Amino acid sequence: MTEYTYPIIFGVIVGTLSRILMLRTDYRQYPTYLHGRVIHISLGFIAAALGTVAVPAIMEKEFTAVTFLTIAASQFREVRNMERNTLTELDAFEMVPRGKTYIEGIAVAFEGRNYLVILTSFMGTLAYLVFNIWIAVIVVILCFIIIKKLMSGSNLKEIVHIEHCPIHFEGAGLYVDDIYIMNIGLPERQQEILKYGMGFVLTPKNFDIRTTIANFGQRQAILHDVSVSLGVFHDSGTPALVPLIKRDLDTGRIGVFVLPQDRDIDKAITTIGAVPVLENAIRKPSESKASKKEGTPHANRESSSGRYHNEQSKD
Amino acid sequence: MRIEKAVLAVITTNKAKIDGGAPIFLCDTSEEMENVAKNLEAILDGISHALSNEMQIIVKH
Repeated sequence: MTEYTYPIIFGVIVGTLSRILMLRTDYRQYPTYLHGRVIHISLGFIAAALGTVAVPAIMEKEFTAVTFLTIAASQFREVRNMERNTLTELDAFEMVPRGKTYIEGIAVAFEGRNYLVILTSFMGTLAYLVFNIWIAVIVVILCFIIIKKLMSGSNLKEIVHIEHCPIHFEGAGLYVDDIYIMNIGLPERQQEILKYGMGFVLTPKNFDIRTTIANFGQRQAILHDVSVSLGVFHDSGTPALVPLIKRDLDTGRIGVFVLPQDRDIDKAITTIGAVPVLENAIRKPSESKASKKEGTPHANRESSSGRYHNEQSKD
Repeated sequence: MRIEKAVLAVITTNKAKIDGGAPIFLCDTSEEMENVAKNLEAILDGISHALSNEMQIIVKH
């Protein structure tokens, strides 16, 4: 037993606990039972150990020992690859796929969570060694609160208004509100769609969000989450019954057409609202220098940039 | 190159409007046309789209 034994045990325990705190199995069914969890808790334990032993290493003036944190970094990048590969392989077998953007988002989250574990263990052990266990406990609780805040991104309901709009046909064209979805040729199929289909219109709350919800990955994430939560009236061999999202080019609204098995409007709106806003889909055109300089209304800016783009492509 | 979309079949009651390309299925009545389109949709795993009252195409998406 050395003076570092208890602080190290403390750091490893709080680090692993923080990983367990961040490991949730929810409606997205990920990570699933036991094996997936064991992998992530074990990696969390390793991350906790790495974060913890860095503190005594620094105190013993073994500065080179800190370099092994870089090994940890490359190790956790591997975690990200592992998650990406697994989910991409499985995505081919989903009836409504997650899409690459969603998968990348999940993979990034898994990598990031291991770094948060390192941070918690490091801070916990440091506080224990410099002050005492009680200060360390307070520091760890603060870290847990920060983690809770960091790991929760925003949801769709925070950035868009969601309303239910009945679907209708104009000739063979399927519409949600006034947004064209697709052409369905067979009257029988049209009847099925009118019976089982539901339409929702998502109106962006500000200019930046238009681009975010227009992202194909974000749209696919919405369809996937709705299909997982409410079931889907679709099978191989019925490609006409596929859920779709189309965009209203004038206003940037998006029309969601889904065929859920559970046709509860409130539940569907809640589900769409709970879809995470994917980190990789977020765009902030209003932050660009050009936007700040001009100071013109957004609509004008959009059309002028569109014209510029067209002229460019002609060249 | 992977072909994203392709017209797999054309079902029509008006032969004068169509020629060449994809397989063409001639029908006498619109009921027959719908029936053929329904079967082809299931067989070819494509979606049946209506271009007019007398013409449907099966498209692979």
